[in-house]
Parts: sequence; structure tokens; C-alpha cells
Amino acid sequence: MKALRGGAWLPPTVFGAGGLGLWELVLWLTDPDGFVLPRPSEIAVALGENISEVWMASRVTGFIILTGLAGGVVLGVAAALVVTRFRTANETLTPLAVAINAIPIIALAPLFNNWLGITSPRSNQAVVVLLVFFPVFINTARGLTEVDEEQIELMQSYAAGDWRIMRTVRIPNALPFFFTALRLVASLAVIAAIVVEYFGGRQDTLGNIITQNAQFTRYDVAWAAVVAGSIVGIALYFVGLLLERLVTGRYARASTAA
Amino acid sequence: MPTVPMSRREKARRSLVFGAFMVVLALLYTAYKAFGQAIDDTQRDWWLVGSFLPRSDDKNMPRVLDILAEFGEAPRAGGTTIGRLTLDGALFTLREAAVGFAAGTVIGLAIAVVLLQSRRAERGVLPYVIASQTVPLIAIAPIVVVWGRTNFGFLPWEWEDWMSVSLIATYLTFFPVAVNGLRGLQSPSPEATELMQSYAAGRRQVLRRLQLPASLPFLFPALRIAATASVVGAIVGEISAGVRGGLGRLILDFAGKYITGPERLYVAIIGACITGLVAVGIVALAERLVLTRRGQLAR
Amino acid sequence: MAQDLVLEIAGLEKTFNPGRPNAVTAIAGLDLAVQPREFVSIIGPSGCGKSTLLRLVGGLIGPTAGDLSVNGRSAQEARLARDYGMVFQAAGLLDWRSAVRNVELPLELMGWSKSRRRARANEMLELVDLGGFAAHYPSELSGGMQQRVSIARALSFEPALLLMDEPFGALDEMTREYMQAELLKIWRETATTVIFVTHSIPEAVFLSSRVAVMSPRPARIAEEITIDLPERSPPVRDTEEFFRAVSLVRRTLRSVEGT
Repeated sequence: MKALRGGAWLPPTVFGAGGLGLWELVLWLTDPDGFVLPRPSEIAVALGENISEVWMASRVTGFIILTGLAGGVVLGVAAALVVTRFRTANETLTPLAVAINAIPIIALAPLFNNWLGITSPRSNQAVVVLLVFFPVFINTARGLTEVDEEQIELMQSYAAGDWRIMRTVRIPNALPFFFTALRLVASLAVIAAIVVEYFGGRQDTLGNIITQNAQFTRYDVAWAAVVAGSIVGIALYFVGLLLERLVTGRYARASTAA
Repeated sequence: MPTVPMSRREKARRSLVFGAFMVVLALLYTAYKAFGQAIDDTQRDWWLVGSFLPRSDDKNMPRVLDILAEFGEAPRAGGTTIGRLTLDGALFTLREAAVGFAAGTVIGLAIAVVLLQSRRAERGVLPYVIASQTVPLIAIAPIVVVWGRTNFGFLPWEWEDWMSVSLIATYLTFFPVAVNGLRGLQSPSPEATELMQSYAAGRRQVLRRLQLPASLPFLFPALRIAATASVVGAIVGEISAGVRGGLGRLILDFAGKYITGPERLYVAIIGACITGLVAVGIVALAERLVLTRRGQLAR
Repeated sequence: MAQDLVLEIAGLEKTFNPGRPNAVTAIAGLDLAVQPREFVSIIGPSGCGKSTLLRLVGGLIGPTAGDLSVNGRSAQEARLARDYGMVFQAAGLLDWRSAVRNVELPLELMGWSKSRRRARANEMLELVDLGGFAAHYPSELSGGMQQRVSIARALSFEPALLLMDEPFGALDEMTREYMQAELLKIWRETATTVIFVTHSIPEAVFLSSRVAVMSPRPARIAEEITIDLPERSPPVRDTEEFFRAVSLVRRTLRSVEGT
């Protein structure tokens, strides 16, 4: 088992280091001024020099991401729990949610800015909440309903009530579906939060650092902010993965892939 | 996740539900306008939920009928109507999205096929395919546009700015295709693979006759996600890169002129929503045609 | 003499994960010889390595030691020469191909022309009594029908050896008996050599000219029983000869398991 674990970390590390090295080398040979695409080392230096600004911005944007993510997840799960209790509601509303999920929700950002105030975090949060809500709702509802009929019948043969069936069969069945959605929305939330900052609002955000510095061709600093956003996204992804391991680890190890 | 079959009746029902939803949404909107928190002198929000709810005056929330009427209005007398502008923008954006979608699908599939060949490659690269989506490339669209202008001189055709926007759409598109495609390519049972081996089929034959067809039911859901993602990428790419002609630019323009005509922004955003639905609809249609013909929906 | 044999196995050994702590020797010192046009069943306690043996014969996995030749060639060479038709417990039809196109699959891989392979595939479907189902997709066929398509597919290119791994294991008893009779009919008509893995004693007795009984792990052929039935048609199942053969195989199997 231990050998396997080492084997799991080794290939990504090798590929990652190799990729960064290649990036550095190719640009060092072809674009030594780093005009458009800075080298990893330059980005690292820019990140170091602007660390306090990037850190403060990461906190502001991170707050939006976390609150929006939490709100969307809570609402999505709650809606799924309620809607799947009623067959007709489920058969009507879940496909509807699938359709709505096809619209580019980020494009609604200017509307929310007008509704909730462009400088208020509320408009940014609203977009993230909305974006997170639909995948979480759709996947959780699917997990709660796509249950083995025989398991339900078995529980009914024990005279188990609805709530008991929910707890012992439906919710455990829905967990892998939910966590798949959680990993998906973790990175979506980061992208959404940063992009919404594009439509204006506060100055001390990651989105703003990227725009401002890109405008003045300080691409290394813009990239440093991009890296900060990625770190937030990767951290959230791993928190999701960790949660999944903690909750389902004992019986569903296999489902954690991808 | 493989596709769920859908009868024609179910389809009609869903369209009906969607239509009803639009009506209900319009009614709720109107009702909130009538009873919601209006701007008053003290600007006090409702208790607890107030800061999450908009003001209901005509500037913040124009009347539904006014928004609908705006489709036919022209900014200058006798000029192009807002509806027409939005349609043109939607077609422009749809083209960017389609190019990005096509490129993303090809790249995603190529990644999936490469990762299929070796467990080690899969374990080494897949984490980065996933991590790539946390890089908000969409936010550095301006850089991508500059990058496109300076670095694609070698191409046989002239590089235009909208192609850089397509590139951003590609970046958002390839991911679901690669991940689901890989899962689909790996979906044939060990027996099916052994069977192909017993016929002494080569790697390429196994790919073409077994793995690629088997991956289709996994691929289409990914393509639907990718369709939305490509439209999002195109719109946001336009906005942040300042590329003219598409919906994104239109939204930005109308958002800037919001005070003089809030309805226009609504029209453009409704256009964006419809564009997203159309993109996914096209993929869903293709899915239906392909899978029905192959007997993969008839279960 | 060796030239006359379709399959000749001597001292075959297969160890999985050799040299590691989790090494398992599935097969050791296994000998078997099969004549042309024979129908040999392989029977043994569950988990004894019957399927492993079939995969070794089919060249899907390589042996650790010993000799295995098919028509004088190694299993790998025979596989590359397309000497095998394989049928598994799961019919393994490709969902997205109609019955006739499933049968055509191996012919396509072998580069047959379209008209030629279509004609052959239809012919094979007639052979398994599915002439009217050529355009049906697997999802529209019953389990027994799917398995018949799978048999037609395996026979379509006239392989030297038909390898069957519990092909009727997933079918209900009635279908199963029907399929057995059907398989015998096909065997007679096509003059194929069959190696048939099963864990059903009556099935082995009814079908085979010879039953090879495998020992528990590490497996070898512990006993070979020649089955001599007056005729091979369903009524024979109720004859005394049939019962006697069944109980002989059963006793052998028990004694093998006891050791």
C-alpha cells in the first residue's frame, strides 16, 4: 500500500516539474523579454514582490468565493432534498434546472450589479451562488432518486419509513453524486468570482489586479494574481476531495477518481 | 454518465414546463415590482433579506412589457433594432463559441486517447487537466488577444481577434471532453477487449471499433457541458478582451448606458441566455440523432 | 502424431505476480491433447483456473512455463493468425451494432469486402436460427439470442478452435438446454473443434465427447472421462447412460476436490 501511495504522487510531480522546466526553457530561448508570456521564475518574483497586495485581494475574492460556494451548496442540497420528496415536482423541476443550467449565468452579472449595488459583495455572491446552485441541485437530486429499487423495497419490507429510507439508502447513494458536483463547482466558483469582478466594483480584488496590470502590460503581476486564483481553486478542490474521503472513504474509495 | 432515453411526449412536456417557467418568472418579477422594496428616502433595506433583493423602481427593474417592446426599438430612428443587434451579436458569439467548441472537442479527445495508452501518463497528466480549470484563463483574455496577434503569424490564414476569444472558449471546452472521453474510452468490459485481442486486432482497430463508439454515451453529456462553457467563454472573452461584434461587447455597452435605457441590457442578456440554450440544443439534437441511429438510446 | 492434434499442452504452468509476496500459482503441470473435431469440456471446482486455462490457450495471457501449441504454432502465433473464436459468459456484443454487424466485426478486422462479409454474417445468423433478427440491436434481443449472435460471431471466420468460457452460465435452465442442443447442431454442421469451460456436470456430459476434470489450485487435468452416449439429442438426458456418465463425472470431481 505504501509503495502504491508513492506511485500515486510520483508521476504528477515529475510531469509538473518537467512542464514548468520546459515552459521556463522554451521562453528563455524564444522570448527572453517575457513580453507576453512570462516565465515561471518571473511570475514567482512578481508574486513575491506583490505578495501583500495579492494576499489582500485573495482574501476579498476568497470571501466571495467561499460564501457564494457555501450558499449555493446549501441551497442546492436543500432544494434537492425537498424536490425529490415529491415525484411530480422532481420530474418537472429537475429537467427544468438542467435547461437553466445551459444558460451562461456569468452574463447575468451586470444585472446583479445594478440590482444589488456594484460595490456591494452581494452582487458577486449572487452570481456565484446561482452558478453553484444548479450543478449541486441537479447532481444531488439525481443521486437521491437514482437508487436501486430493490434496496428501497428491502427497506420497505422492514417497514422502514420514508425518513429512514432517506437516511440509510438515498443519502448515502447521493453522496458520490454530490461530491462530483462539489469538485466541479469549486473551480467554477473561482472563475465566476474573478470574472464578475471584471464588470466593475471594488478595486482590491483578484479580478481587478489582473485587469489593471494587463492593461499596463505588467503581465507578470497579472499572472501572479492568476496563480493566486488557481491556488484558491486547487485548495478548494482538495478540501472537497478530503471531505469526500472523510464522509464516504470507508465504503466508496473507488468513486473518488476524476 | 451514459444518456437517459427520452420519449417525444416527455420532450413536449419539458418544453411546456420551460414555457410555463418563463411565464411564472415574468409574473414573479412583476409581482415583486408591485410589492417589493422600492426606493424610499431613507434607503432602508428590508429586514434580513433586504440586501439580497433589488429595488423595484423602473430603473432597477424595468417592466416586462417594456423589455419585450425594446426588442423592436431602434437606438436611432430608422436604424437597426435592439433585437436585430442582439441577434447579430448572438450569431457572432455563436461562431466564436462553435470554433472554440470544435477545437476543444478535438483537443479533449486527443488528450483522452493519449492518456488511454498508459496508466502512468494518465496518473501524471490527469491532475493537471483538472488543475487547468482552476486557472482563470478567461480573466486574462486581453493577454490572450495580444498573444494571438503576435504569435500566430505563421498560420496560413490571418489571425483575427475573435479567434483569440475562440481560444478561450477552447480552454473551457476541452476539459469535460477529456475527462468524460477518457472514462468512456475505458468503459468497454474486459471481455470486449479480450474479444478484440482474440481477433488479433491492433491498437488502432480497438480504438476505432470498440473504444470510440463505446465512449459516445459518455461523451455527449460532456459535449453539452462544453457547449455552455464555450458560450460562456466566448461572451466573457469578448468582454474582457474588448472584442467588438458579439454579445459580450453588447452587454458591456448596454451596461454602460444602463441609466438611459435599462431595458436594452435585459434584451442583450436574454439573448445570451437563448444563445446558451441554442448551443446546448444543437448538441442534444446531434446526440439524439447519433445515438438513436446506433441503437444506444433504444434501451 | 503431433501434427494431427489441434491442441497440445504439456507441463503448462501459470503463476501470477511471480517473485512477489502475492504470487499465486494457478496452474502447474497441466497436460491436455485435443484431436480435430473433438468437443472437450473442462470442468472443475470454482476458482480452479478454468478460465485462466482458456485464456492461455487463446494466447490472451502467456504461460510461465511449459509447452502449448495450436496446430503446431504457439498460442500467440495462433491468435495473430486468427485461429480462435471466443465466446464468453457475457455475450459481449457491441451495443451500437446490429446483430448482423456484430457478426461482421471479426470479418471487418480481417479485411473482408463488405458484400462478402454481409453474406457470410447472414449465413451465420441463419445457422443460429436468427435469420430474421439481423437488423436488431443487442438491447432488443433476449439473453439467449444475444449469446447465439455471439456464437455466430465466433464461428464466422471458421476458426480452427472454438473456445467457450461458460457461455450459457447466465441463461435460465430452459434456454440453456435449448442452446446446448443448438450448439451441438452447429458443431456437427461446421466440423469445429470446441473447448468448453463449464461448471455444470450435465452440460459437460451432454455436450462433450470428452470431459477433462481439473484439480483445485494449482490446477492440472486430474482425470479425463470419455463420454459415450448412444445419441446426442434432448431425450438422451433421461437415459440411464446419461445418468451414469453424470454420476461418474460427479464422483471424479468429488474425489479430485478431496485430495
